[in-house]
Amino acid sequence: MEITQTAKTDDIAKRELQVVRFTRLNRTLHVFMIVSFISLALTGMSLKFSYTGWAVFLSRLFGGFESAGYIHRFAAVVMVSVFIIHLVDLIRMRKKEALTWKELILGENSLLFNKKDLRDFIASIKWFIGKGERPEYGRWTYWEKFDYIAVFWGIFIIGFTGLTLWFPEFFTQFMPGSVLNVTTIIHSDEALLATGFIFTIHFFNTHLRPEKFPMDIVIFTGRIPLEEFKLDRPKEYKELVEKGELEKYLAEPYPEIVIKTIRIFGWTALSIGFSIILWIIYAMLFAYR
Amino acid sequence: MIKAFVFLLTFGVLLVGRAFPQENSDCMTCHEDKTLKGTRGGRTISVFINEKIVSSSVHSEVSCIQCHVDLEGSDFPHAASVKRAACNSCHEDIQKLYDGSLHSRAFNRGDRLAPICQDCHGSHEIISVKNIKSKVAPINVPYLCGQCHKEGSPVQLQRNISQTHILENYSESIHGEGLMKKGLIVTATCASCHTAHEILPHTDSRSSIARKNIAGTCAKCHAEIELVHRKVIKGTLWEKEAAILPACVDCHQPHKARRVFYDQGMADADCLTCHEKKELKSSEDGRSLFVNYSEIKNSKHTNITCSQCHSGVKPSHTRPCDELTTLVDCSSCHTAVQEDYQISVHGILASKNDPNAPTCKECHSNHNILGKLNPKSPIFPINIPNLCGNCHKEGKKAAVRYTGTEKEIIQNYTESIHGKGLLKSGLTVTATCTDCHTAHRELPHIDPSSSINPTNIPATCGNCHHGIQEQFEKSIHSTLVSKSGKKLPTCENCHSAHQIIRADSEGFKQTIMIQCGNCHEEIAKTYFETYHGKVSQLGYTKTAKCYDCHGAHDILPIENPISHLHRKNVVVTCQKCHPSANRQFAGYFTHATHHDPHKYPWLFWTFWGMTGLLVGTFVIAGLHTLLWLPRSLQWRRELKRRQLEKNINNLESTKDGNNTNG
Repeated sequence: MEITQTAKTDDIAKRELQVVRFTRLNRTLHVFMIVSFISLALTGMSLKFSYTGWAVFLSRLFGGFESAGYIHRFAAVVMVSVFIIHLVDLIRMRKKEALTWKELILGENSLLFNKKDLRDFIASIKWFIGKGERPEYGRWTYWEKFDYIAVFWGIFIIGFTGLTLWFPEFFTQFMPGSVLNVTTIIHSDEALLATGFIFTIHFFNTHLRPEKFPMDIVIFTGRIPLEEFKLDRPKEYKELVEKGELEKYLAEPYPEIVIKTIRIFGWTALSIGFSIILWIIYAMLFAYR
Repeated sequence: MIKAFVFLLTFGVLLVGRAFPQENSDCMTCHEDKTLKGTRGGRTISVFINEKIVSSSVHSEVSCIQCHVDLEGSDFPHAASVKRAACNSCHEDIQKLYDGSLHSRAFNRGDRLAPICQDCHGSHEIISVKNIKSKVAPINVPYLCGQCHKEGSPVQLQRNISQTHILENYSESIHGEGLMKKGLIVTATCASCHTAHEILPHTDSRSSIARKNIAGTCAKCHAEIELVHRKVIKGTLWEKEAAILPACVDCHQPHKARRVFYDQGMADADCLTCHEKKELKSSEDGRSLFVNYSEIKNSKHTNITCSQCHSGVKPSHTRPCDELTTLVDCSSCHTAVQEDYQISVHGILASKNDPNAPTCKECHSNHNILGKLNPKSPIFPINIPNLCGNCHKEGKKAAVRYTGTEKEIIQNYTESIHGKGLLKSGLTVTATCTDCHTAHRELPHIDPSSSINPTNIPATCGNCHHGIQEQFEKSIHSTLVSKSGKKLPTCENCHSAHQIIRADSEGFKQTIMIQCGNCHEEIAKTYFETYHGKVSQLGYTKTAKCYDCHGAHDILPIENPISHLHRKNVVVTCQKCHPSANRQFAGYFTHATHHDPHKYPWLFWTFWGMTGLLVGTFVIAGLHTLLWLPRSLQWRRELKRRQLEKNINNLESTKDGNNTNG
């Protein structure tokens, strides 16, 4: 009897309700983002660090530089599509929730920085150095917002310079050819920054920080255990409870098999990301010329 | 004039109208007059006698009447018709010879073209045959005889003479060449064979050129001719049985005797009496002395006899080779080849008696010498790599002593484009060892006259690749164009010596950029920093490589209007790969570096701007993360503690619930 009891309790604990944080579309978009980003990084870095053996290996793996080039440009199109779909989704959301443009951009749930983010940032630093409590982070933390905005910046910078390199004959009709040399540097170094940032800072902030270690799968499942949510985003939780909207966001967790699949995918993405970082470090330290 | 002559004759008769033996001075009284005329055969001729000529002739001591015997004792002035001078009063024996001759008989027949003494020797001016000015001095004889016997002369046209072009043939013959070109006056002239006076047709058995007498005639000069003609005449046989044997002229055309070797063969049989025995061995070292005669007959030397090569044999000996010590010297015929060989590495080694040195027979074999067009020949193009490989293969005697940088020469050649063409496709015009190194004049590359010396390599390769040589020699890499004294590349620097592969093969395309980079270090480095170079480094050759833009063999400085990169041509060059390239497109820096703030300030500052952004971002984000880490760990423990608390609470509440229910 005792054993059955315990098992039952565990089951209940596991089947605990979760809070939905991301829509299905956003989750899908992030998967596409991951796949296209990693493709871009692998194919792009193989060219940037072409003087390393790894680059040669990767280039062959992708079926040669030409096919790697096609993959690179295809992935770029995918990523830009993700970006555009997201923008369209934002507009749709505005209509659906009957928000004004101002509310959308500067509202509570906007991903743009606001005064609270500055306060949170200062409070966080204080917390880090032991001079305060953990700030009560809201719907989006400032580091999440930074990641989000960085994508905007990156898409425009890397995207535009990428286009000049994709269609040099078109662009040189109204730009000097040496602009291509400049855009090459910008494209390549900005991509290095993006890759480096995502695979180290973003990975740490989201997955590797001890309370989430080894990974946070919320972006794939879209839901977070209620208890964890309470602790991680106390402000948002409070607001939801106050508004009485919490019930609206509660959902059953995904079955174990889905979680497992997600974890395999997550691990793959993480491993590739870390491999790229190791490769970049190796290339910059030992093989740079 | 005639009046004066008649007057003088009459005056003379009146003045000296008596008979007494004349002195020369008596004759000269009249004949020293330069205007004195007489008649002969109805024609008026000068009868002036230049006493100086007579006194400097061989007949200076002879008085007029000794020759003009009919005038002896005659009165002044003598009769108008005078007999011909009588040479036979002194030269009786010669007259006899002449009388039997063809010329004499013709003369007696009244042939106006027949020569008499004076026609050849002259009259008063006769000088010693030893005097080069004499008409019958050996050096002048062909011209003398030629007066009548040259082509187109009345004698040649009207008389029945079987030989034609006598003078031309003679002048080209070894005799004529000796006499007329070399001035060798002991060589045979017309008179040497035909005699001077007793000239007879060869059909006359007394003639010096009659078949049975020819040997004797020739042997007057070629005294020991039997010794070298043993193959034909076997010593004495020639003279004994002249009728059944060939006469000299059967082989050596009468007027065309040339310095050539004629079909011969009999002496080979002499040699073979011993050497065709398979068991014949050298008494010295026991090596077989058997000669496979059919080999020689099927070889290039089929018409060459044993003794022509084994020239030390003594035909008069019972065993002609008993004293033979000298080795065969091929240079007696192949002089030019020998001259090349002597200065070659092989020849120099041979002259030092180096046992490793190859001599003629190492490559050409000894008796079985086949031409280079014969597929069975060791020097047939396809067999050459093997032939040279006998010594130059790794581990063989030449490879062992070689100290240069080339390794696995034969193996590499075999796998090269030349080697494949030759050995796999059987393309015999492909370059083999000898096409580059020459066949007989192999010299090390450091020798300025070597075919593989850097300055000569373009010409050597150009023997086949002429078009490329032409391009190359106009390019900046040619020593004919660049006089800077810097080391310049030749064909071999890019294509290698023995490992030459097709220029359109992946391997070649990959290595060529490194080859260019060996000298153009900086420019190659910056190439690899741009897109083209980066792709190339990945192992793909579709993007532009050095030669796609600069040209391969026709590389020229960009100032040159025909350079591929001249302002006028550069867009077209880009368009080879980028069809819609324009002027601005061509402004792309294909050798850009972001390390040079002076040359490429834009690139330099963009790079450092981007690097600053990158470093700045990572420093701030990295610090944030590092500071976060300890708190995050603490937070994790906190979360665990709370979870645990909650679990316990849950458990307790469940228990409570159970108790209540139960």
